[in-house]
Amino acid sequence: MGFTLGFHIVLASMGIAFPAIALIANWIGLRRGDPVALELARRWSKVMAVLFAVGAVTGTVLSFEMGLLWPGLMGRYGEVFGISFAIEALFFFTEAIFIAIYIYGWRRLSPWAHFASGLPIVVSGLGGALSVVSANSWMNQPGGFDVDAAGRVVAVHPVDVVFNGAAAYEIPHMVLGAYMVVGFLVASVYAVGMLRGRRDRHHRLGLAIPLSVTALATPIQIFVGDTAARSIAHDQPVKFAAIEYVQRTTTHAPEYLGGALVGGKVRGALKIPDLDSYLVGFSAGQRVKGLDTAKPADRPPAPTMLHLAFDAMVGLAFALLALGAWWAVAWRRRRAPPEGRWFLRAVAVSGVAAVAALECGWIVTEVGRQPWVVYQRLRTADAVTAASGIWWSLAGVLILYLALGIATGLVLRALARRWRDGDSDDAEVPYGPTAPEVAAP
Amino acid sequence: MSEPDVVAAVLWTGVTLYAVFGGADFGAGFWDLLAGGAERGAGPRALADRSLTPVWEANHVWLIFVLVVAWTGFPRAFAAVTSTLFVPLLLAALGIVLRGAGFAFRKATRPLAARRLFGALFASSSVLVPFFLGAAVGAVASGRVPAHGAGDRLTSWLNPTSAVIGALFVFAGAYLAAIFLVADARREGDAEMVRYFRARAIGAAALTGALAAGGLVALHADARSVFEGLVHEGLPLVIFSALCGAGALALLLAGAPRGARPLAVGAVAAVIWGWGVAQYPYLLPSSLTVRAGAAPGATLDALLAVFGAAVAVVVPSLVLLYTLHQRARLEGEES
Repeated sequence: MGFTLGFHIVLASMGIAFPAIALIANWIGLRRGDPVALELARRWSKVMAVLFAVGAVTGTVLSFEMGLLWPGLMGRYGEVFGISFAIEALFFFTEAIFIAIYIYGWRRLSPWAHFASGLPIVVSGLGGALSVVSANSWMNQPGGFDVDAAGRVVAVHPVDVVFNGAAAYEIPHMVLGAYMVVGFLVASVYAVGMLRGRRDRHHRLGLAIPLSVTALATPIQIFVGDTAARSIAHDQPVKFAAIEYVQRTTTHAPEYLGGALVGGKVRGALKIPDLDSYLVGFSAGQRVKGLDTAKPADRPPAPTMLHLAFDAMVGLAFALLALGAWWAVAWRRRRAPPEGRWFLRAVAVSGVAAVAALECGWIVTEVGRQPWVVYQRLRTADAVTAASGIWWSLAGVLILYLALGIATGLVLRALARRWRDGDSDDAEVPYGPTAPEVAAP
Repeated sequence: MSEPDVVAAVLWTGVTLYAVFGGADFGAGFWDLLAGGAERGAGPRALADRSLTPVWEANHVWLIFVLVVAWTGFPRAFAAVTSTLFVPLLLAALGIVLRGAGFAFRKATRPLAARRLFGALFASSSVLVPFFLGAAVGAVASGRVPAHGAGDRLTSWLNPTSAVIGALFVFAGAYLAAIFLVADARREGDAEMVRYFRARAIGAAALTGALAAGGLVALHADARSVFEGLVHEGLPLVIFSALCGAGALALLLAGAPRGARPLAVGAVAAVIWGWGVAQYPYLLPSSLTVRAGAAPGATLDALLAVFGAAVAVVVPSLVLLYTLHQRARLEGEES
């Protein structure tokens, strides 16, 4: 489940943010009568179609998995946080329909009507993110329901479920993360192209549009992330303590950068005195709750992995911030993008870096909540299916998804190669109109 | 009608829509599988492909709708079903991945070998998925899924009733697809394809009818209470379905397939509702009723509100999509 979610989160990000970036290119193209920007939008929308199709499939499988792997969770709390999923189904439906209309409409709708048909994709992408992340944040801060003495749900307050305690920071954090991932990924594709000597306007614009989006999103994201961490210190102190290696509740808590927690001792870390207390409460005298506030059975496993994932996420975010700043400064100075090889190399790896940061963040929020699947309400071990052969099916799923990932990559590469060879249109994509049929099996 | 009943009706509406649209979608894959070699099967494949492409995603969102309404509105029943029917549902999920990926990738690749591979994945899983879903339905209908969820993980779906209903799902989908494709071919003015799919629609209609009758026999032997429900409360629907099916068949034989589409849809929808009526008031015969399995009232309110919003937003957009699709088809495929 974790693995399939980790896979889906990347594709979901595409669904959230890619349409917006494609539409920006579309808008520029229409506004300035710029055929290059229009061509970019057209190609991006096709990549989007392939990714959305795969994302839809993995999303469907996830909804199966919810029941297959977590009957204990769904049987007990499905009636509570299922509401968020019901809303998401609505947005997803809308998104699927308008993606089809947008891609189908390139030649059949008037240019501005076609542009307008893309807007619902962006809105429903945001709405879908809102509702799914709200379900996840509910697992971190369950609320909006009453239980009887036996722990059975007797009443539900849907508004409090959807707008639970953690939704306010988890939702913007995920949406901005999605925009960063997609922006840096798309930009990195064009950076690689430019490094290989294809420095035409097509590549420059393909780099400039997504990078501008990320240069805006990254600083906001760091601010939101900082707020989120402070809220976690307050709402889920044990998770926070594991992330920051706070073993005993204390004031003047130090901040550790890197390092491993071995036998109750932090080793190999860069220790900055008092900083953790400052980050939590803006004062060295701030008390930070430690792991000792929870029974050993209630502490997250593998604090070292949690801590390193958190550090990696924050570190990568600052590196990406620097990259965005480099871009913005150069733009202000010269009204032109920097094109030095080192800048392009940095952009070329930024896509992978952004995905890594996304996955690290996901590890932090999910593993950090363990041993609970619903925080302090339901243990993961009590929610998981009792079906035998679960490990076999997990191994099977792993292989299947690896194959799926590789196939997606190969298909997109083949698309790119065909475009480069001047086969400007009409690579067929799902939803798209059909070109004269090549004999198919 | 109490609120749980209304939500159950919403759930059943989703099941019906999925059975019709998703079923036809699977059915198109079924004909793709049987179309023969790359050369010979090019015509039917291209037609099926053109019909599916813009709408295939929308067709399958109904499945997500059904799952979400089920786990939110009737969480205990959902958990019981997924625990007992772990194996067939896992296989169906696997098939859905392979099918969707196969379809999407086949469109975007050009080398024949790769298209063959993706096409084979798409087509074979188009048969397996409805079979496993039908087997799961058979398990529920024959009362093999107890409310506590600890039903037998193998015999619950490896039994005659499940096998017959699984096969029924496969052929009902193929039947719907063939009838839709006849209409599409007529619109394109492709007389050869009209003949091709008309013959297949007739064959599939006969098989589907036989399987439906076989399903009745299997239920009679296997799940007496549901059978009784079908021949009492559900009888009007059963008769309606039989009449629609016979009517569609007659129109096809007479070479006037214009009205066959609504009749075929009516036949399939009536079977689904007949099943629902037959096992009412049970959600899981005969251990969990609709009322006992339902979520608290506020959750049901929220679900109905979301459903209302879906009707308000999704239906007009779907109509827009299908209209654009049909109009483009009328204009021809030139670009």
